[in-house]
Amino acid sequence: MNLKLVIWRQSRRDAEGRFVEYAANDVSPDMSFLEMLDVVNEGLIKKGEDPIAFDSDCREGICGMCGLVINGVPHGPVRGVTVCQLHMRSFKDGDYITIEPFRALAFPVLKDLVIDRSAFDRIIASGGYVSVNTSSAPEANSLPVPRMDAESSMDSAACIGCGACVAACKNASAHLFLSAKVSHLTLLPQGKVERSRRVLAMVTRADAEGFGGCSNEAECEAVCPKSISISNIARLQREYLRATLIGR
Amino acid sequence: MTLDARVPEGPIQQKWDKRRFDAKLVNPANRRKYKVVVVGTGLAGAAAAATLGELGYQVQVLCIQDSPRRAHSIAAQGGINAAKNYRGDGDSVWRLFYDTVKGGDFRAREANVYRLAQVSVSIIDQCVAQGVPFAREYGGLLDTRSFGGAQVARTFYCRGQTGQQLLLGAYQALMRQVEAETVQVFPRREMLDLVVADGRARGVVARNLVTGELEKYVGHAVLMCTGGYGAAYFLSTNAMASNCSAIWRSHKRGAYFANPCYTQIHPTCIPVSGSHQSKLTLMSESLRNDGRVWVPKGQGDKRPPNQIPENERDYYLERRYPSFGNLVPRDVASRNAKMVCDEGKGVGSTGLSVYLDFADAIKRIGRKGVEEKYGNLFQMYQQITGEDGYETPMRIYPAIHYTMGGLWVDYDLMGTVPGLFVLGEANFSDHGANRLGASALMQGLADGYFVAPYTVPHYLASTKFADMTADHESFREGVDYAQKRIDRLLSVKGKRTVTEFHRDLGRILWDNVGMGRNEAGLKKAIGEVQRLRGEFWQDVVVPGEKNNLNPNLERASRVADFLELGELIARDALDRSESCGGHFREEYQTAEGEAKRNDEKFSYAAAWEWAGDGKEQALHKEPLVFENVHIAERSYK
Repeated sequence: MNLKLVIWRQSRRDAEGRFVEYAANDVSPDMSFLEMLDVVNEGLIKKGEDPIAFDSDCREGICGMCGLVINGVPHGPVRGVTVCQLHMRSFKDGDYITIEPFRALAFPVLKDLVIDRSAFDRIIASGGYVSVNTSSAPEANSLPVPRMDAESSMDSAACIGCGACVAACKNASAHLFLSAKVSHLTLLPQGKVERSRRVLAMVTRADAEGFGGCSNEAECEAVCPKSISISNIARLQREYLRATLIGR
Repeated sequence: MTLDARVPEGPIQQKWDKRRFDAKLVNPANRRKYKVVVVGTGLAGAAAAATLGELGYQVQVLCIQDSPRRAHSIAAQGGINAAKNYRGDGDSVWRLFYDTVKGGDFRAREANVYRLAQVSVSIIDQCVAQGVPFAREYGGLLDTRSFGGAQVARTFYCRGQTGQQLLLGAYQALMRQVEAETVQVFPRREMLDLVVADGRARGVVARNLVTGELEKYVGHAVLMCTGGYGAAYFLSTNAMASNCSAIWRSHKRGAYFANPCYTQIHPTCIPVSGSHQSKLTLMSESLRNDGRVWVPKGQGDKRPPNQIPENERDYYLERRYPSFGNLVPRDVASRNAKMVCDEGKGVGSTGLSVYLDFADAIKRIGRKGVEEKYGNLFQMYQQITGEDGYETPMRIYPAIHYTMGGLWVDYDLMGTVPGLFVLGEANFSDHGANRLGASALMQGLADGYFVAPYTVPHYLASTKFADMTADHESFREGVDYAQKRIDRLLSVKGKRTVTEFHRDLGRILWDNVGMGRNEAGLKKAIGEVQRLRGEFWQDVVVPGEKNNLNPNLERASRVADFLELGELIARDALDRSESCGGHFREEYQTAEGEAKRNDEKFSYAAAWEWAGDGKEQALHKEPLVFENVHIAERSYK
């Protein structure tokens, strides 16, 4: 199939960007979306043009490195997959496809489709962990965890930190990301000890990084490649309220 | 030269205790005076950096991705082994040790493997305390499952995302130390040189991948935790950024490279669909519990699978290995798939795949039964291939997955350059010639949480360091070397892209140093890699600037290193005139076509020393002595 691509080009962080049109011809439906871009880039290199910069690493949907906005939707038209798992059979001959980076104040564009998501690391650093030093852990089975709690915790822990939730939100809120980590740890007895300190610190850090608040649009859940539920955000709000009322 | 691994004296059970007791300690108040540079934030790197930070050392960590949480450990699916014996099914430290040595086809160092088995139990404790959401029984205690190469259920898991959860645990511990200001993380950095001064590793030169700047990182010790080199083969299950450059540059600065020919090829991957393909995706080998592997009996049979009658199908694994059938180990399954495809019986448009058929399983336990066991894998298969594995047999083909070889290290995980420690898949130490499933995660965390935090301080405490700053001549030389190389890559301005060279290299290695190897093919591969390397420096085109984010420049630099390593992989494979584990030399097989070791001549680790550009590396040997396990032949008939 032959496609028309309209892609955001920006030479570096502080440069102005613009949309540029490219043709992608003879695209096989078996290609992944990123492999289609690889092929376009090979063509650009052969023509002596600057190839399109985009991030990807594992290309199996788990590392969270890739992320593009395709026709206005983070990770593209198929629900529950990252853009590296999106295949060209989801498109048809003659399609007109716009490709942009995730956009948010806290995710500055570095080049073309590559963004800086280090704000997420700083949010985790503020409290997204259990404070336990190596070698100080008790015997693993000394603390039973109800199976359903472990399963719910795992549901939240499945977040890959890609940032699609932020890109989809009109407030550029990081609440789905934040709440997934708060839920993962708070649902386990190991994480309960620090629950108040953690939620206060993480929310404060997210605000400082320039992420917005949540106004319950649920756009984040709709685009999350790991189908993280917004019920996590409800838990985050309760935890936050609890922490502010009860304190540490 | 014979290499000394400096394994402590005494019975194997007491060696690690003895080493820890004999280790020199650093007073807590003095720890902050020592700087440690860690390259890589996978399980080994993140765990080591976090733990050294907790102890009070000043740690600088570099990672190639935009966040330490994205290292490729994250993609591990199955689980992590530990000798907890929670099931009372006969597991013990000794049994895990024995299974690992045997699984490695008796080509690993006993003392290291025993220590790995010993600390495996502490890993699970540590991860649970961090909040890793392991699968649990209804009673709230930890669940385990069984895995290849073992008769006990010792594998702990988090659904199909064990690597992800273990890495997030280590990453969170790391970020906690960032907040505590003991650790600094430098993302989007790629190490381009190891700095050695007065015979000791004193830091690294790295490129800031956003600005292109060359940066200097000074330390008293350097920890290389940069994973394996399977991406040399172009198509592999590795990530796009996985590369050999950090260990290869260390090799060129004096670190010996051990057993490069030991590569693991995983049998159940989704086959190649076309030349556009950038990587291969693995599906858990648990599928072989219920799926039957077959090809048509006739060559070039293009009929759809459903139209090929039963008597015209060859269930070749069941035919050749009646007692293990479809459940033969990874190396055997992979080799046989290649054999039938070489005979022209392969299926799919490329002829390079075999069927994995669930029709019988669906008849036996129903579609729902299959769905419950493997639903997510069928889904993933459909996403990638567009085919429904319930309706038509899946197609699979082996792919490069893991590399057992790596930089040579002693018992303390220190390489042949003092002060250079090598952890995780980047070293050669624990898996011999073949790794068992669920053991890579175990080794990465063992090295990072429980080995390096004892052996690195011992090195620091027992060494007298000369003053060192980033202005030192050795750093200037390193920056100069890296700069010249970048300039050279950009100045070739040829016609062929980096990807084209990488793909060509991959084809040479896959065809000649893949699942089956022979003398003629290996000699041919060495010549072809040399030729391709020559062409690369004459005809590669690298677009873009050096002082900006430039993924093609990054790739060019990595492929240039693969083009050197590729030759060494072939040379090592040629030198090892025996078959063992993942290294199958066609000349050396039993009458039944199985791997035939030659313990008399090859019971050693082959460690190669860099001799300079264009010169052949010198081979050093570390003899492997087995005092605790009984050496035997592996048979699966």
